[in-house]
Parts: sequence; structure tokens; C-alpha cells
Amino acid sequence: MKKVFKMFRPDHKFARGDGNSYIKIENLNVSIANNHILKNVNIDIPDNKITCIIGPSGCGKTTLLKTLNLLIYAIDGVDISGKIDVNGTNIIGRDFDIEVHRRMMGLVWQKPVPLPMSIFENVAYGCRVNGTFHPRKLKMIVEHYLTAVGLWDEVKDRLRAPATSLSVGQQQRLCLARSLAVEPSFILADEATSALDPMSSKTIEELFVRLKENYSIVMVTHTLSQAQRIADNVIFMYMGQVIEAGSAEQIFKNPQHELTQNYISGAFS
Amino acid sequence: MKKPKIIKNLKLLEELIAKLLMYVALFVVVAFAMSIVVTIISRGWPAMTWEMVSQVPGSSFLLGGDGGILNAIVGSLYIVGASTLLGLAISIPIVFYMNVYLKKTSKFGYIARLSYDVLFGIPPIVFGAFGFMIMVYFGMRASLLGGIIVITLLIIPVFIRSIDEVARNFPREILDVAYSLGATKLQTLHVVLRQILPGVATATLLAIGRAIGDAAAVMLTAGYTSAIPTSLSQPAATLPLAVFYQAMSPIEEVRQGAYAAAFVLTLIVLALSIGGRLIMRYFSKDKIH
Ligand SMILES: Nc1ncnc2c1ncn2[C@@H]1O[C@H](COP(=O)(O)OP(=O)(O)OP(=O)(O)O)[C@@H](O)[C@H]1O
Ligand SMILES: [Mg+2]
Repeated sequence: MKKVFKMFRPDHKFARGDGNSYIKIENLNVSIANNHILKNVNIDIPDNKITCIIGPSGCGKTTLLKTLNLLIYAIDGVDISGKIDVNGTNIIGRDFDIEVHRRMMGLVWQKPVPLPMSIFENVAYGCRVNGTFHPRKLKMIVEHYLTAVGLWDEVKDRLRAPATSLSVGQQQRLCLARSLAVEPSFILADEATSALDPMSSKTIEELFVRLKENYSIVMVTHTLSQAQRIADNVIFMYMGQVIEAGSAEQIFKNPQHELTQNYISGAFS
Repeated sequence: MKKPKIIKNLKLLEELIAKLLMYVALFVVVAFAMSIVVTIISRGWPAMTWEMVSQVPGSSFLLGGDGGILNAIVGSLYIVGASTLLGLAISIPIVFYMNVYLKKTSKFGYIARLSYDVLFGIPPIVFGAFGFMIMVYFGMRASLLGGIIVITLLIIPVFIRSIDEVARNFPREILDVAYSLGATKLQTLHVVLRQILPGVATATLLAIGRAIGDAAAVMLTAGYTSAIPTSLSQPAATLPLAVFYQAMSPIEEVRQGAYAAAFVLTLIVLALSIGGRLIMRYFSKDKIH
């Protein structure tokens, strides 16, 4: 009992983070219904860093995240070529355990999407799906991750209430806790703060900064100031192509490409 | 200056007439429904005796003899209960398959939905005749089992149509969330059910309404008997038929009994829909809007 307890409450440090998770995307092409959306994308995503993807609307950021956790296969008429090396396994065009892979990629959406269940069950759902049913263990996991996202004190007295009874900001943190509860190696966040008020979005931002210690984080954002605040690496995309990639400092202070310069100076949105 | 005023008055008149017609239509429907309920209560209640609901009919029941309609009450509950459970067990996987496994543009899904729509419109007597034919082919006699099977077939289109309606509006993002947490398609069933449960409850009410009120299909397949069936192979009586046989009687007293049976039938339907509504409210609490 004590051992299990320790396993799930290592002083609110996260269980993950061995320091060698990485994604290496090579010549990735994605088209949906003959519409070429991602063109020859090459990206390196290191561990323990926040990689921000920026770029104008419709440039393929969401599509890239969906490709990374293979949700893209749920769309009709997709065609993918290239290579995505995740911790040494190519996830494109190979037969392997897609559920295990998806679990490794914690996804946070622009708008919080709670499952039609109670607060508790929302966090426990992923564990149940992956074979953890022991009630006491589930309780510990739920408490641990709700604490990790700073929601535990706010909801500990109403864990059985519907998830929809939370405020939008709380729901977003709940969704993050739910993703973390299946112990992913990566966190993919798609404009995770754009539906939130400034306070809630600051909370999430701080969380990400704290989480990068143990996770590799990919974050899509439209808020350049947010990227400047928390990004380690920045990738600028335009019309389905990666125009420029590099450290945050380099991209923001000294962008090489004209498109990047225009985008960062706010010439187009 | 004159013309616009006339037009204005005309528009007012138009509005008035339309309103009046709608009121009349509404009133006619409500009055009709009320008069049915009032008739059933006013004529059924006096004929209600404890004997009516606690006894099976005696040998000369339809000629004014002793007994009640317990056989029909039990028979109806058996058939409706069993076919509702069977119908749910068959319909939910079908709807789940059509909505989670099949693509939106699937031809197979289109044809399946079309077929259920056609089945929905087929009158119960046709189901009954069809069931009867098959039973004759297999040498089966009218029985509880025959009634259950035919009523199940009768209500499956009701279930599928109304559950599918809700399932098609299921937010796709919820599925994406489940997948992203490592769920297989089959494992999303839990989430899908949680979201569409209120719809399932409504569908169940509709299906029970169709099942319990049906006389034609059960007449051909379940038959009628004075006894309470003790096995699936025995014939079973049902309430609509109890109403029918008593109402056809030349004896006034027996005809009164028809109202008592109708009263019981109405009470059961009422109890089920109120109960259903309460259950529905309970299950809707987690639903994402
Ligand atoms: N299911 C789909 N079918 C067809 N085209 C799609 C589909 N999803 C996305 N696209 C197209 O792919 C392109 C990239 O879309 P995507 O959603 O990835 O952009 P984005 O960079 O996330 O934009 P935003 O910043 O507005 O969220 C768009 O031109 C879009 O129309
Ligand atoms: Mg997007």
C-alpha cells in the first residue's frame, strides 16, 4: 500500500520524464481529400522543452498535432507519407499499437472537451480504458493529477458533480489532468489558453513551464507574447510548410526569413 | 394615405385568423385527448374491482361470469418487458456500429438507415402476419415466445430510429478525446452511451408505447388464453386484446370490463412514462450540451 502511494505521489513531481523522449519528423506530407495540407515538414522536438508552433490561421498547425497522435486517421480520405520517429519508432505506415501511441501523446484542445461524466470519472477514464480499475489506486491517481493542475482544492468536495459544472478555465485544467493521468511522454496543446480568461490562461502557462521538467511539450499558439514568455523553441509555419525553426531567442530577436519577420512584426495575422 | 391602412388592417386580420385557426386546432386535439382520458376513467373506474386485477378470467368470464384480467396484465408485462430488453440489446450495438465504425458517407449505413425507416412504417399486422407465417413454417403454435419475438422486431425500428437521431448529433470531439486517451473504438461505447442515455430513455418510452398498445401482431403470434403462461411455449393474453374481446361482448356488464382493462392499460403507460421521465432526468445530468 505504501509503495503504491509513493509511486503516485512523488511530492507532486511527475512520474514521467526520463530525459530522452523525442520526436523527429522527416519529410512529412499530409493531404486530406487530395488537398495537400502539410508539405515536406521537417521538425525536431526535444525533451524537457516547450516547442511553440506559430503561424497564421489555416497553415496546418492543428493538422500537425493530429498527425502526431494519429487522430488524423479518424478523418476520411487522408494520405500521409514521410517519417515520424517517436522515441525510435516510426509511427507512419507501420502496423503497431496505435492506442499505446496515442496514450503517449497527451492532447489538450483549444476548447475544453469534458467527457459526459463526473469530475472524478473524467480523470479516471483514461486509466480505466488502459486497465487500471482498482478503486483506491484510481482515487490516488485522480487526486495526484488534480493537485498537479491546481484543481484539487477547488473540486475535492464535489468530485461526483458533472464535469460541465466547472468553469471553462477549470474544465481546461481538468482536461489537462485527464491527459496527464495516462502518463504521456508528450503534451500536445492546441491553443490551449485561447478560450480562457487572462488569469486561467496564466495558470495554464505556469503549469506548462512546470511540466516541461518532465515532459516534452508542443504548443500551438496565436499569442506571440505567450510564445515569447514560455517557448524554448519556436517553429514558424506558413501554408503547410515549416518556414523557420530555432530557439525562441533566435526566432524572435533575429528571424532569418522575410515571412517570419513579417509575422512577428504583426504584418499579417 | 388610405391604402397602407387597409394593408395594415388586412395583415392584422390575417394574423387574427391564423391565430384563431391554431387555437381551434390545439383545442380540438386537447379536447379529444381529454375526452378519451375522461371516458376511460369515468367508465373504467366503476368497473374496476380488486377481482378484475387479481384474478384470471373464469370459464364464463366473457358471458358475465367471475374473474378478472390478470392473465392479460401479466401477459402484456411479460411481452413488453422482454421485448424492450431484447430490443435495446439489439438496437444499441447497431446504432453504435452505424455511428462509430461506419463512415458518415458509408453506402451501407445509408441503406441500413433506409431499411429501418421502411420497417418503421410497416403496420403491426404485417409484422404479425409475417411472424405467423414463419411460426407455421417451423411448426410453432401461438406462444409467449412468438409474441416476444414479433414485438421485438416491431419496436427495433423505433429504437434504432430515435437513438440514431441522438447519436448522429454526438459531438465528434468527445470521440477524439476518448481515442487520444488510448481508447479503442469499442471502448468508446461507454462514453457514447453516457452522452446518448437520455435519448435511449426517450426511445424506450416510445418503444414501450408501441409494444404495449399493439393488438394485431400479438393476436397472430401470442394468441389468447385465460391462464397465466408459465413457459415460453404457452400462449399469452395481452391487454389490448382483453379490451377488444370484452368490448365485442353483447352483454353490457362485460363491455364495462373493457373500460376497466383500458383503464389498467392507460395506468401502466402513464406510470411508465412518468417513471421514464424521472430516470431520464437523472441520466441527463452529465450530458455535454
Ligand atoms: N478534415 C479536413 N478536411 C479537409 N481539409 C481540412 C480538414 N481539416 C483541416 N483542413 C484544411 O487544412 C488546412 C490546415 O488546417 P488546420 O486546422 O491544421 O489549420 P491551423 O493552422 O490549425 O489553423 P487555425 O490557426 O485557424 O486553427 C486548412 O486549409 C483546412 O481547411
Ligand atoms: Mg488550429
